[in-house]
Amino acid sequence: MRRYWPHLWLLIGVLVFAAPIYITLIGSTHDASTIGRGDVPLLPGTHAAENYSAAWVSGGSGRFTVTPASRMLLNSTIMALSIAVGKIVISLLSAFAVVFFRFPGRMIAFWTIFMTLMLPVEVRIIPTYQVIVSMDLFNSMAGLTIPLIASATATLLFRQFFLTIPDEYVEAAKMDGAGPMRFFRDILLPLSVTNIAALFVILFIYGWNQYLWPLLVVNDRSLETIVVGLAKMIGTGDAQNEWNVIMAMAVLALLPPVAVVVFMQRWFLKGLTETEK
Amino acid sequence: MRKTIFKGTALPLLLLAPQLVITAIFFLWPAGAAIWQSLLQEDPWGTRSEFVGLRNFAEVLAEPEWRGAAWNTLLFSTSVAVLAMGTALFLAVQADKSIRGANLYRTLLIWPYAVAPAVAAVLWLFLFHPSIGLVGRALNQAGLAWDYKLNGNQAMLLVIVAAAWKQVSYNFIFFLAGLQSIPRAVLEAAAIDGAKPVRRFWTIILPLLSPTAFFLLVVNLVYAFFDTFGVIHALTGGGPGKATETLIYKVYVEGVQNVNLGSSSAQSVILMVLVIALTAVQFRFIERKVHY
Repeated sequence: MRRYWPHLWLLIGVLVFAAPIYITLIGSTHDASTIGRGDVPLLPGTHAAENYSAAWVSGGSGRFTVTPASRMLLNSTIMALSIAVGKIVISLLSAFAVVFFRFPGRMIAFWTIFMTLMLPVEVRIIPTYQVIVSMDLFNSMAGLTIPLIASATATLLFRQFFLTIPDEYVEAAKMDGAGPMRFFRDILLPLSVTNIAALFVILFIYGWNQYLWPLLVVNDRSLETIVVGLAKMIGTGDAQNEWNVIMAMAVLALLPPVAVVVFMQRWFLKGLTETEK
Repeated sequence: MRKTIFKGTALPLLLLAPQLVITAIFFLWPAGAAIWQSLLQEDPWGTRSEFVGLRNFAEVLAEPEWRGAAWNTLLFSTSVAVLAMGTALFLAVQADKSIRGANLYRTLLIWPYAVAPAVAAVLWLFLFHPSIGLVGRALNQAGLAWDYKLNGNQAMLLVIVAAAWKQVSYNFIFFLAGLQSIPRAVLEAAAIDGAKPVRRFWTIILPLLSPTAFFLLVVNLVYAFFDTFGVIHALTGGGPGKATETLIYKVYVEGVQNVNLGSSSAQSVILMVLVIALTAVQFRFIERKVHY
């Protein structure tokens, strides 16, 4: 019997963790009145198609109608991909410059990048917003993504990895007459593929889950992301909300990042343990 | 230190340019502006501002609302860290015992990491809403007056649970890795010497796990401080009253809703000092682990 205790505890853990999602999934298949009455069923209902199409096509019909999910999912995808790819590209380039060159100002550049770790959006909300407005980036995808692309974490990770690449690789490349960019493209990039994949998973989730930033720099409905849109549907949490459609929207909002973690688990674990933040 | 390098100054500066330009425009400049604005006081129409030195700081620190938010932040962050780490450690110890199942359980437990804080808040709302939530209604039927929209303590409890739920998976991954790296021989030796499982946990496993635990503590505090804005904004909006208003939430309210730049900037600068301290602790620790 003692052998089974751990499994029992873990099963309870798994169930507790899955409960909120399960209830949401079930809720998204019932009609508004069933949920409004408060008798949340534990088995799926028959209204899945209409709830999901309401969320997908019109973003609900209640008082808190938001942009259709089809549009918001597209916005979220563009935002998450731009942030992830942007961070990876500029961090690869900066780490390459810092590790493989000696030039005046190298340490200053390195510490400047490092400083961004200590300045999350949350502590410079208003001045950053002012910069966005003065650069005419308010209500634009560029304003939504570019300020989030600087990345000390990714730069540090690539720097760490580049430092482990043996000097012989560089010597061989030089002897063959390859310039620095050729070395970067033909040797460094192929060697970094695993790290890039691992980092991509983490950064995609980071980008998808942004909340405060989109809330600040976008009020145009056509640019709304799904995480912010979902929260707007809740309003003050009235019982009269269209909860069935909100639940369908919640499922749509969490599905893409969860799928990325589950299907790219190996990269995800590597990325998590190596970025450490 | 690398011996073989490429020559040139223009190329590396060009490679660094995108990162440095973004950092300067969107990080350093706003941070400097926050510090500068924290020393100014604007008149109510925003037309003139006057240098007031540290007066904004003195006012903020003396404000009962700010102190209330600081207390909420302390309560919220420590509760989230303790709950998320305690649950994760317990589950990781269980998973470590079942050698074959460990990876399966890891798969089943890690996905909440991917759920956005604001979405996590919405999921827990579906369970704990007083009239449509399964648990919320059950509590009310059992005679407990449950309504997180009216009761501040209940609201705090709910945002803590929603925020911790999301963070357990992260802690679980690190605790499980830490446990799996403890040499089996040490545990077997203790078992042969007659140490019972509980004693083995307290005298061997926990001390060997303490670097992981310390690292996670810092990460969890940073998470609870800065990444949970979405949980609070989507679930309670800082209310009822100001029961769930944390320091970050207050900066947002002060700056975005009340447009009180001096005060909001002073609060931002106080938070900046806090992040710098936390980051310093984190990096000192990581550095030590690297040289280990």
